[in-house]
Amino acid sequence: MENILNEVLIPLSYLLASILFIFGLKQLAHPQTARRGMNLAAAGMLVAIVGTLFHHDIISYELIIIGLVLGSLIGAGMSIWMPMTAMPQRTALSHAFGALAASLVGVAEYWHALHSGQPIEAYKMTALGFEVLFGSLTVTGSLLAFAKLQELMRGTPITYKGQNVLNVSLFALAAFIFVYLIFDPAQTTLFFIMVGLSFLFGILLVLPIGAADMPVVMSLMNSYAGLAAAATGFAINNKVLIIAGTLDGFSGFILSILMCKAMNRSITNVLFGAFGSPVEDTATAVQGEMREIGAEDAVMQLAYARQVVFVPGYGLATAQAQHVVRELGEALEHRGVQVKYAIHPVAGRMPGHMNVLLAEANVPYSDLYELEQINPEMPATDVAVVIGANDVVNPDARDNPKSPIAGMPIIEVDKCHTVIVLKRGRGKGFSGLENPLFYKNNTRMLYGDAKASLTKLVQEVQHA
Amino acid sequence: MNVESIISSLYVFSLAAFLGYQVISKVPPLLHTPLMSATNAISAISVVGAIITAGSQSTVSRVLGFIAVTSAMINVVGGFMITDRMLRMFKDKIGGGESGKKEAGK
Repeated sequence: MENILNEVLIPLSYLLASILFIFGLKQLAHPQTARRGMNLAAAGMLVAIVGTLFHHDIISYELIIIGLVLGSLIGAGMSIWMPMTAMPQRTALSHAFGALAASLVGVAEYWHALHSGQPIEAYKMTALGFEVLFGSLTVTGSLLAFAKLQELMRGTPITYKGQNVLNVSLFALAAFIFVYLIFDPAQTTLFFIMVGLSFLFGILLVLPIGAADMPVVMSLMNSYAGLAAAATGFAINNKVLIIAGTLDGFSGFILSILMCKAMNRSITNVLFGAFGSPVEDTATAVQGEMREIGAEDAVMQLAYARQVVFVPGYGLATAQAQHVVRELGEALEHRGVQVKYAIHPVAGRMPGHMNVLLAEANVPYSDLYELEQINPEMPATDVAVVIGANDVVNPDARDNPKSPIAGMPIIEVDKCHTVIVLKRGRGKGFSGLENPLFYKNNTRMLYGDAKASLTKLVQEVQHA
Repeated sequence: MNVESIISSLYVFSLAAFLGYQVISKVPPLLHTPLMSATNAISAISVVGAIITAGSQSTVSRVLGFIAVTSAMINVVGGFMITDRMLRMFKDKIGGGESGKKEAGK
């Protein structure tokens, strides 16, 4: 009986969980089926956990039960009370938790194998090594990303002389120890030095990466956390861990590539380029001046337009202005204006950030347009309203081959009849680049806090 | 561990990688944030390994396993709940629902 349970039923519960995970992710292809898909995946998780609780290796249940309950309570609390605008921070934190779990299981497994009296096989050591390497660097890397997103530390890249040399040699050292351990796994001290080096490497890896590159970092950490889980599966010979971890690893990998493409940069360049720190301003000598516009005049432009396109950026999230934007959009639609939202893939701090933010404010997703969809419509658009976005609308990316962001696809608001840029002040954006858009003849600047400016616009539109 | 099981693990890994690529490429950019939190919740399946570790004999393993169970469980419950909370907000023009209004009030 015992054997049937452990050799047949538990593995079957894992198989069922794997199938449910894959179906669940498949349903994410459409917003209408996505919720059902996630319920399937959650059911899969439940099946796997319940199955595992019957495992014959389990001797005592106290710590398991306490851990399950405690983790559930913290997780539920976080998901209920975390504001939607804090989604990037929450995601960074959850990458850290996931990776921590994987690396601790790895360390425990190493410890257990070491004291079992039998030598650790090369295969197992390889899997364990990958597990703690990926896991540990993701823990600290994600925590640092969290600190940057939560503004516990400044979000700009932190660079110093010899940074890349230090990072590469550190990584080489960790890799060397890893290979050494495969041949001589009993070197406990070396194992823990390797863990420590990975922790350190995670910090050093994220330190020079700026806030505007966060979508790539988030995707990479997503990927590493998944790969750590997959390596755990190899180490303890558990297929559901391999499948789920690989799905996560590849999802993160695909997202990283998409984000890099959206910036026309390579992953190596994002990781080691320290973009934006030593700012050489290669912007085409900016001519002209910025023209200011008052709320009343802006409203005249908006209220009598045929089509208005809103272009949100991270500034929308920091100003918490998503609800007011929707109000403005509705007020304009009420007057017969066609309102659309243009979403750049790297707008915000994580993939899809702006979509979630606008969805929270009840903007229907049929009004959200991707870069390729909206750009052909730009010449026929009367007014584009740029809210807290900068690099993603910088025409230098298209026109100036010397610009650090040259070749990055942009939302071509400069082709609209009029562009209204909502901006806090006259300073440069996060990347520190000059934006020629602000000096164009058809651009008008509306200074002030985005939320306050938008609130004013809503009131004026309703009275216009 | 015998060679056979190592090979079969590599099979599973390779096939999962192909499948993952196929399935995830079809997720629209609209849902990339929910995708990230969903895959993160799913990869918290390492809770399975953590449970066995937390229930084992040695004290070191049990303490490490306990921390691992807790942090993986934060991701399981938190990840699925917040993914659902996000997905509830995505609405087409026609179907506006009450849940969205409640969310907007926060």
